[in-house]
Amino acid sequence: MTWRPRLAEGTAPVLVVLLLLLVGLAIAGPAYDEPSGYLALLKRAAPLMILAIGQYFVIVSGGFDLSVGALVTAGVVIAARLINGSESATAWVILFVLGFGLLVGLVNGLVTTKLLVPSFIVTLGMLLVLDGAIFLWTGGAPRGALSAGFRMFGRGAVDVPVLGAVPWSVLILLAILAAAALFMRGGTGRALVAAGDNEAAVRLSGGRVDRLRLLAFVLSGLLAAVASILLGGFASVSAQVGNGLEFRAITAVVLGGVLLGGGRGSVVAAAAGALSLEALFTLLNLLGVSGALESAVQGVIIIAAVAYAALGSGVRQRLRLWPKQRNPERPAQPASS
Amino acid sequence: MINRWAVVVVAGALALAGCSSDLPDDKAPSAGSPSSSGGSPSSDAGKSKFFDQAEYDRQLAFRNATPEGPDGKPWEQMLQPEMVDTAKFAKPGGNYTLCFSNASVDNPWRQVGYKTMQQEVKLHPEIAKFTVLDAEAKDDKQISDIQSLSGQNCSAIIISPNTTATLTPAVEQACKTGVPVIVFDRGVNTDCQATFIHPIGGFAFGADGAEFLKEKVKPGGKVLALRILPGVDVLEQRWAAANEIFAGSGLNVVGVEFTDGDAAKTKGIVTDYIQREGQIDGVWMDAGATAVAAAEAFQDAGVDVPAIVGEDQQDFLRLWADEGLTAVAPTYPTYQWRTPIIAALKILKGEQVPKEWVLPQPRITGDNVKEYVKQDMPPLHYAMCGCEDMPGYPGPWK
Repeated sequence: MTWRPRLAEGTAPVLVVLLLLLVGLAIAGPAYDEPSGYLALLKRAAPLMILAIGQYFVIVSGGFDLSVGALVTAGVVIAARLINGSESATAWVILFVLGFGLLVGLVNGLVTTKLLVPSFIVTLGMLLVLDGAIFLWTGGAPRGALSAGFRMFGRGAVDVPVLGAVPWSVLILLAILAAAALFMRGGTGRALVAAGDNEAAVRLSGGRVDRLRLLAFVLSGLLAAVASILLGGFASVSAQVGNGLEFRAITAVVLGGVLLGGGRGSVVAAAAGALSLEALFTLLNLLGVSGALESAVQGVIIIAAVAYAALGSGVRQRLRLWPKQRNPERPAQPASS
Repeated sequence: MINRWAVVVVAGALALAGCSSDLPDDKAPSAGSPSSSGGSPSSDAGKSKFFDQAEYDRQLAFRNATPEGPDGKPWEQMLQPEMVDTAKFAKPGGNYTLCFSNASVDNPWRQVGYKTMQQEVKLHPEIAKFTVLDAEAKDDKQISDIQSLSGQNCSAIIISPNTTATLTPAVEQACKTGVPVIVFDRGVNTDCQATFIHPIGGFAFGADGAEFLKEKVKPGGKVLALRILPGVDVLEQRWAAANEIFAGSGLNVVGVEFTDGDAAKTKGIVTDYIQREGQIDGVWMDAGATAVAAAEAFQDAGVDVPAIVGEDQQDFLRLWADEGLTAVAPTYPTYQWRTPIIAALKILKGEQVPKEWVLPQPRITGDNVKEYVKQDMPPLHYAMCGCEDMPGYPGPWK
């Protein structure tokens, strides 16, 4: 029996993009000659990849979650205030932050499914509510401090045989990614994609669409809480930590070939999209391109990827076959440079 | 093909938009100090358009001037004051209503400052009422706030403008009501106010850090400059001064990056530069809020933290003292929030005040950093608050 890698539809292009970027990094930066350079990249990309995995669940089931950035900020600010530098509070505060993420996801999901408010509006509202509440609570200046134990997950590393020191965040990311991939291969995962593709069909065949969507929001909230623990650990307290992360996560998911509106795409590709985005920004920085271009690049990616997906298989077919069109009957296109 | 070209066009347009938004609008180069704009702006190519030689020289000279006023109370001191008569505003008898239009309280610096100001008000029983309107960092809100205060029975109006040009007409209108107007922190392009209170300024702040690096980093050493964002005059002045000093220093400025004041982004940028350059010998910052993140990037990369410029926030001072960093902290002291209250009372009592009240702007060095570390204060507390002797300290600042 031979093992054949099973790649979900749409995974291949993003893996090619990622590979090109990694090759680019290896050429541009001397630090990428060794595995440690890539581990550092993975460590920095881990929070975004985890957010992208959470965002994937929501997008593939036909929704949006715009609240994750504000949720990340809330997680960090709450943790700093509650821990206030005391090491003994670390464990329960981590549980509390995870619980808070779960709760926000639950509210998002319940309002979307029970009150039938579009998820775009619900989560936009949640973003504003969380932003406003954080501002009211902190007045723009977070108080308290994170403990070393809390920061270990985002900052520390653990010794692993062969590889050497592997950052905690990378291990957490790999565990979540593996769990998510397994979940998506199971019955619930498949039903989740189906709910995004054709809600009526799932309902008629006995699937509980509302429960599936609720689950997607809860997972997204929970993973945003995990990302906030990693980000807080990486760079400590800040009231700006989550700014713009929701759009970055959506860009990553779209870059991973996941269809906005749901029904198509793989979770591994979404995570690869996040890694590609982070690798792209790192590469641009190594090449000396101004950081101000980041948001412009992100905008171009999101528009281009959605346009590419929206134009459907016709264009993709043409693009793929394009070199073959240069036959004697039709003169070759002039080089477009 | 059409799709591809469309993408290229969109990319190009966005890139252009991104570039042009980096260029600030033509703001007055000496906006921070309206009454001193006698100098001719330099036209050298490599210099920032915010660089103003006369103002730069003036600020650097202020650093060595001996302040007038009581020792140990820098918030009551003044540098080279030109006193003006305020008898026309005199309103003896106490029972004052002070009104304050605040630009915002949306960052730790303004939080610490505002709390200090509130405590200062409590020190003076002759203030019967202290009315505060918070503009939430919006120009339009502040304009209507000032209008609203003009209609109330304020004994004096204190204004901390959100931006320079937009708020100028509003301040002029407030002046017309006949009550004394006191402007502090950022300036406005008018001289109708009774006094304008500010520390020395951005050029001196930027120069303090850059001179320190020039002294501590070996010639040819690699310096990374981290800025929050372009186009804000106070921050532009800091960078313009540093740029001026770096230009003749023999230091190699390997990068000037914008961090948005975001700790994670700062840490990422510094990590990239350590990888790209192999070694960084100095870090200059236009504001210290993310100095700890920058220092941690070196620690996490397993290298020594190089000479670094921070600010007077507790988290940085603690790291500095604990790790024995080579560092300097220029300050934009929060004690300046005490001065407007003191000035208002002086004016209402008919005492003279300087037309431009320039406060000393100390810097923290390796010699005195331990005096400023306060273990029990929050990590984002600014040490230069001048609030330690106020009754109730440290409660309100925690």
